[in-house]
Amino acid sequence: MTLSDKRLSPLAVALVLLAAACGGSSGGGGTAATGSQVVLVTHDSFAIPKQVKAAFERQTGYRLRILQGGDAGEALNRALLTKGNPQGDVIFGIDNNLLSRAVGAGLLDPYTAKGLDRVDARYELDPTHELTPIDHADVCLNVDRRWFASHGVAAPTTLEDLVKPAYHKLLVVENPATSTPGLAFMLATIARFGESGWQGYWKQLRENGVLVVDGWEEAYTARFSGAGGSKGTRPIVVSYATSPPAEVIYAKKRPTTAPTASVAASCFRQVELAGVLRGATNADGARALIDFMLGERFQAALPESMFVLPVRNRTPLPDAFRRYAVSPAHPLELPAAAIGRNRDRWIDEWARVTLH
Amino acid sequence: MAGALQVRGARVALGGHEALAGVDLDVAEGSTVAVLGPSGSGKSTLLRSIAGLQKLDDGTVSLDSRSLEGVPAHRRGVGLMFQDDALFPHRDVAANVGFGLRMQNVARAEREARVRELLALVGLEGRERRRVSTLSGGERKRVALARALAPAPRLLLLDEPLGALDRPLHDRLVVELRGLFAEIGQTALYVTHDVAEAFAVGALVAVMRDGRIVQVATPELLWAAPADAWVARFIGLQNVEEHGATALVIRPEAVVFRPDPHGDAAVGTGQRDGPLVTLRATYDDGREIVSAHTGLDLPPPGTRVTVEIDPAAVVEVPAGAPG
Amino acid sequence: MGPGHSALTRGRALALGTVPVAFLALFFAYPLATILERGLTSDGGLSLPEGTTALVWFTTWQAAASTLLTLVAGLPLAWAIGRFRFRGRSLARALVLVPFVLPTVVVATAFLDLLPADLQRGVPAILAAHVFFNVAVVTRIVGGAWATVDARSEEAAAVLGAGPLRRAREVTLPRLAPALSAASALTFLFCFTSFGVILILGGPGRATVETEIYNRAARLFDLQAAAALSILQLLAVAVVLTVASVLEARAGDGGALADEGDVLRRPTGGRRVAVAGILAIAAVVLVLPLAVLVGHSLGSWHLLFEETPALLVEPWQAAVYSVAFASVAAAIALVVGGIAAITLARRPPGVLDGFVLLPLGASAVMLGFGFIITFDAAPLDFRSSWWLVPVAQSLVAAPFVVRIVTPALRSIDPRLREAAATLGASPGRSRREVDLPLVSRAFGIAAGFAFAIALGEFGATVFVARAEQPTLPVAIFRFLGRPGAESQGTAAALAVVLAGITVCAALAAERLGDGRGRGF
Repeated sequence: MTLSDKRLSPLAVALVLLAAACGGSSGGGGTAATGSQVVLVTHDSFAIPKQVKAAFERQTGYRLRILQGGDAGEALNRALLTKGNPQGDVIFGIDNNLLSRAVGAGLLDPYTAKGLDRVDARYELDPTHELTPIDHADVCLNVDRRWFASHGVAAPTTLEDLVKPAYHKLLVVENPATSTPGLAFMLATIARFGESGWQGYWKQLRENGVLVVDGWEEAYTARFSGAGGSKGTRPIVVSYATSPPAEVIYAKKRPTTAPTASVAASCFRQVELAGVLRGATNADGARALIDFMLGERFQAALPESMFVLPVRNRTPLPDAFRRYAVSPAHPLELPAAAIGRNRDRWIDEWARVTLH
Repeated sequence: MAGALQVRGARVALGGHEALAGVDLDVAEGSTVAVLGPSGSGKSTLLRSIAGLQKLDDGTVSLDSRSLEGVPAHRRGVGLMFQDDALFPHRDVAANVGFGLRMQNVARAEREARVRELLALVGLEGRERRRVSTLSGGERKRVALARALAPAPRLLLLDEPLGALDRPLHDRLVVELRGLFAEIGQTALYVTHDVAEAFAVGALVAVMRDGRIVQVATPELLWAAPADAWVARFIGLQNVEEHGATALVIRPEAVVFRPDPHGDAAVGTGQRDGPLVTLRATYDDGREIVSAHTGLDLPPPGTRVTVEIDPAAVVEVPAGAPG
Repeated sequence: MGPGHSALTRGRALALGTVPVAFLALFFAYPLATILERGLTSDGGLSLPEGTTALVWFTTWQAAASTLLTLVAGLPLAWAIGRFRFRGRSLARALVLVPFVLPTVVVATAFLDLLPADLQRGVPAILAAHVFFNVAVVTRIVGGAWATVDARSEEAAAVLGAGPLRRAREVTLPRLAPALSAASALTFLFCFTSFGVILILGGPGRATVETEIYNRAARLFDLQAAAALSILQLLAVAVVLTVASVLEARAGDGGALADEGDVLRRPTGGRRVAVAGILAIAAVVLVLPLAVLVGHSLGSWHLLFEETPALLVEPWQAAVYSVAFASVAAAIALVVGGIAAITLARRPPGVLDGFVLLPLGASAVMLGFGFIITFDAAPLDFRSSWWLVPVAQSLVAAPFVVRIVTPALRSIDPRLREAAATLGASPGRSRREVDLPLVSRAFGIAAGFAFAIALGEFGATVFVARAEQPTLPVAIFRFLGRPGAESQGTAAALAVVLAGITVCAALAAERLGDGRGRGF
């Protein structure tokens, strides 16, 4: 017998979808199974090896979920957007440039992590402990040693060198408005040349043919001649102190020495911190995660997974990082409060001098 | 199988004007009635109202004394054969013909048997699996007919079903249809603008004009005594002379032209339509008269003739509403 | 018209129409309104930031220029693919669609490789990338309409003494008018709201309204300016859509349609050379960036199956997640879009048809933000749910489903439904027996298209995606952001996989549709 006039009611479909959602299934937020998971809110560059993640989950009994998107600034903005009812329990990736916006804003719950005693004092940027330092990776100029060798020119060693005619049209930098290393480099020049001199410096850079691009990906992988597989033509780029070891590790054929090097005198301090979000559903889990991040396993995995250096003392480094990553004792720095106050103004002034 | 149709006072307003302005119609069980009228007279609207595809603003439609008011189209048991066939393009012949049976939840074996029976009835044996798009015009009509007949509707409506067919096919199908309906005792309502077709198909012919039925009669009665001057002209009686409130209608076959050098009229060119020759003659005072007869002799144009009229064939009718 | 006019009675249609409206209200209007309200209630209210005029001016003229160039590039291709039958026609139609659905980050990177250094950023690059993406729109919409223009009208004009140019102007152009306005409006809309292309190829300081919204909201956290700009953008898009649908409706049906089988013919003589030439140029232009990607990916394919710190899963699994999410998204889009199409098809083409595309005019970042702050508490606490990803993707795909299925539904001869009714089929049965088979082709095309669009969607996904279940665009983006030749190679390999799946989906849709259909 044929079926009577039966039609899959669209309303029924909608109800089914809704029911599935509220039923929680695999990872609905809210009411279901909150005690057993920790949610980490972070930026796109965060990475954690599977075994390290499994180790955390085994040790603490919490499942680790990760929400990533955008860069550090965007992750912080998302957290600010949801202040009080955050998407996750821990936020990772706030750096010293963003510190002033995050601390004292009612966004974080202070926590003194276990293992802080093993962290060098210079990374302790937040005495209130709303944020805990996890890694550092200074932003430095990287130079393509092979290029300079083959062209018979000495690679630059200071910021002042960059305005010399010998380095005409050799530098590529990122827009501080859109890029974290770009911002750090701009801050480095302000730290070096002061309020009165930094704009003049940039004018000279502009006259010397500096190329400005929007993001690190384009600057490094497409413009920088020293990046593996790049067709770039510029041998000086703003990148990280950990980029040279990456070039060694990820080259198609392992080279004998690093093809690139950092310019130590140009490095600007860059520390990444993590904090417990106020209103987190699993505050215990959040604290356990931060403790774990300061622990030996996680810190040792940092270089190869995220291209950053550990803050925990005496953490063993992989060979390439030991040899080719610089960690200057006194990198260029600016007080976090000053950065917070003047950042937007500085970026506008920079754009006026360099772009328009 | 057969049903008697009764329409009373049907009224439908479409787009500001009255498509049906109070129609009364009866179709006796097992008979075929032709609805004849020019385009815009409301014939299609009448059919659609009976089928349930058009809502009546006033009036009733009853089948076998039971009112069809409020009964949706798919429950009326009224079949419809469309002007342009409306065959389902994505199904083959058997699926088209068997569609109505499927809607009645007829078992497959019985359905297939009936489809075979109907295809044989319309002369398309063995064409079950043919794709609809590969059929010729005549074949499509037959399939459309078979499809409409398959669910054994109490009433079959046909909406100008034979338009756009070439003449021999057209004529043949008309005869076939008539025979078919008689054979299976089908009650049918046949809408057309073609007078010859209406006369050939219908036991009764209902003439429609501007949303009203102006005359219902057998073809013979219609021809002999049209209701008014407009009807006379419409069905092809060309000798209509208005005199004030009445008109005189003279059947052409009752007019004879006798060649006579002293006659009061001159013959024009003749026209043959099958067995019939139509001749027009002009009187000296300018009036025209038409004669129709069988036979093969045509007087050459210009021949002077005397006009002989059988007085029994002259009818006085109301002039009627202006045409 | 009586009840037999459509298979849907008025009451049922109203009830059915509430489903897509409710869906849009919950997942589009509500989050968007929430975030806008947040922004507008901060200081500043509705005031637009400085420089908005220049911003709007640039956004508008680059979109207009892109549209013009796309028409110029797309019309010859539309003519070649639309009018003639040749071997590989289906493949050509499918390939043309690939640039449209590839994520912009992939294409932009490939472009950076192809273009000479001084053309790599700036307006020429933007225009070139826009043409590359949108030539599919013109080719498919105008080409589809061209295929159904009855050749006999042109022949009649020729016999009456009209030369080829005259014929083109007086016969072909009016017939193609609705398709041309539809294609132009769609292209303008895409270029107006273009994001990735401007961001990557525009160069520092270059901004459109869309990128500025992103800048203000995500980077500067200036919700007030972002909200004001979002409203401005929505209004602008609404204006464009209204104008387009009015033009389309006025242009009417385009005249007599022939069955495609009658019109497609093999090209001969001079035409043959022209068609071959156009196809060759198009092949080079469209395939070149893809070839670049393939080149980059060589040597990295084995990495797809290795563990990597960049992702929590092996890269090839991103393909699995992508296909899974896209399938769910396509299903949602088909249900919601299909129902919307059924209700829209009851009336002739009008302004409402254009508004179907409105979700595409909203900023993805604002929508993403809206998701985060709206669905954060019971009973709507689903901002962390896995299915929010396909829902976000379906918001982009559903408008296309509507645009493809609605014309197909409209073109069903109402007499067929009446015939079914007189044969005893209730309205619901009639819809199943008559409508469904006749639009199944359009549905197949729509399914393939929705799937491809959902596959390449990035903007909204990035807000609700979770790291354990990355999609291909997200994975590609992640690899692109890591140093080392290996990461770049892996990104390219994933991009090739994405392109490959897209081509397969498009080809499958072609197969189902037989290349027919006047919709997109």
